[in-house]
Amino acid sequence: MITRGFQGRRSQSETKRLPPGQHLTSDFPVLSAGPTPHTPLHEWTFALEVEDGTKIVSWSWEEFRALGPTEVTVDIHCVTRWSKFDTDWRGISVDRIFAAGGFEEPPSPFVMAFCDGGYTTNLPVEDLMEGKALVAWEYDGEALAPEHGGPARLLVPHLYFWKSAKWVRGLRFMEDNEPGFWEVNGYHSYGDPRREQRYDGD
Amino acid sequence: MVTRGENSGTTVIRAPKPVAWQSATVVSIREETRRVKTIQFAVSNWPSHLPGQHADVRLEAEDGYRAERSYSIASPPEVSTLELTVDRLDDGEVSPFLTGQLQPDDTIQLRGPIGGYFVWSAFERRNPLLLVAGGAGVVPLMCMLRHRKLSGSAMPAALLYSSRTRADVIYHGELTALARSDPTFMLQITLTRDSAPGWSGRVGRIDLPAVQALLDGLGGVADSFVCGPDGFVEVASALLMQSGQPGAAIRTERFGPTGT
Repeated sequence: MITRGFQGRRSQSETKRLPPGQHLTSDFPVLSAGPTPHTPLHEWTFALEVEDGTKIVSWSWEEFRALGPTEVTVDIHCVTRWSKFDTDWRGISVDRIFAAGGFEEPPSPFVMAFCDGGYTTNLPVEDLMEGKALVAWEYDGEALAPEHGGPARLLVPHLYFWKSAKWVRGLRFMEDNEPGFWEVNGYHSYGDPRREQRYDGD
Repeated sequence: MVTRGENSGTTVIRAPKPVAWQSATVVSIREETRRVKTIQFAVSNWPSHLPGQHADVRLEAEDGYRAERSYSIASPPEVSTLELTVDRLDDGEVSPFLTGQLQPDDTIQLRGPIGGYFVWSAFERRNPLLLVAGGAGVVPLMCMLRHRKLSGSAMPAALLYSSRTRADVIYHGELTALARSDPTFMLQITLTRDSAPGWSGRVGRIDLPAVQALLDGLGGVADSFVCGPDGFVEVASALLMQSGQPGAAIRTERFGPTGT
């Protein structure tokens, strides 16, 4: 349905590269449900856990960064409709985290990413494997700012950006696909931008 | 929409989920400030909303090009039309159209309500309400205050509202009238750019004493909702933490651009 008089501003190249309903921004907007946590690096750990929260393995900040970093350049898409092209990140791939934790194969089909501030998000394990996801601590060559998720955030760029959990502190393996924080609060369980899976039921 | 929790005896309010895209017809447009307009829509299939939720707007050009944005809902669930208050971003694509070209009887596409965390309902037994707004961040908080008034809630509430100039204060008359008529509502407007002739209110950026004074007035414990530009929300939520409010009692909503 046409809106009388609306022309819009567009470029063909942008329009093709953007998922539906998104627009390009050169800023880096922030989406957070609550205050920004500030965790000192000497208290920071990253853990893999079984479903009841028992730790399988845990790394300190220094140990974690020594697992072998990867750099990626990716487009990111926030459910609030901004997208940003060619963002540069440095972190540890989830493949490498699982391998360092002693897993040739992940032990469950889903994980819950858990974070400082109580934030969580659920993901199928296969969406984190084969180079599709990092735990990143550097953005655009700089230490990741706290409001953007520092010390480290999950980076799963092929899903809406709320899945790239800020202030991430670990992954908890789970058999069933339990919803995380935003997923309980009305957002889609999977969140594929190409299929516009914004809200529960999309 | 209101379900009684079986175990705790408390009332749990669930935010309505968004319905499909639908046509929304403009009923009226009123100017709030030189940059901000409130657009009143008639929507046929609206599942109601909770204060704090937003709506997605879709505009479509003749060649099929679409642009979509989210806007906070300003009207309380008690009224039958839906109002969005829109701040014109000079370099924006959608807000200049909504505030400059849209006319009564025009139709747009609308979807909502969206969001289930940054919400407040007077029917849920909670702590006093502390609202902290930067600029157009006052819109979803005004929705909460309107709902609080129309529902007859006796829950004490306070609004700390930071605005650049007096002329930029949205809902100024309504807020002032509410503060005069309701002894359980405290209003603190602060101007950051100029104090304007005759302005007897606060000037300067929000700070710890300002936050603490309102918290003390509410009895020291509150459910806080902070909405505004990114930098403002970062500062305001940090001040609330410094005032001893637990992180879980502080809900934030930010809008871009970041302006850095």
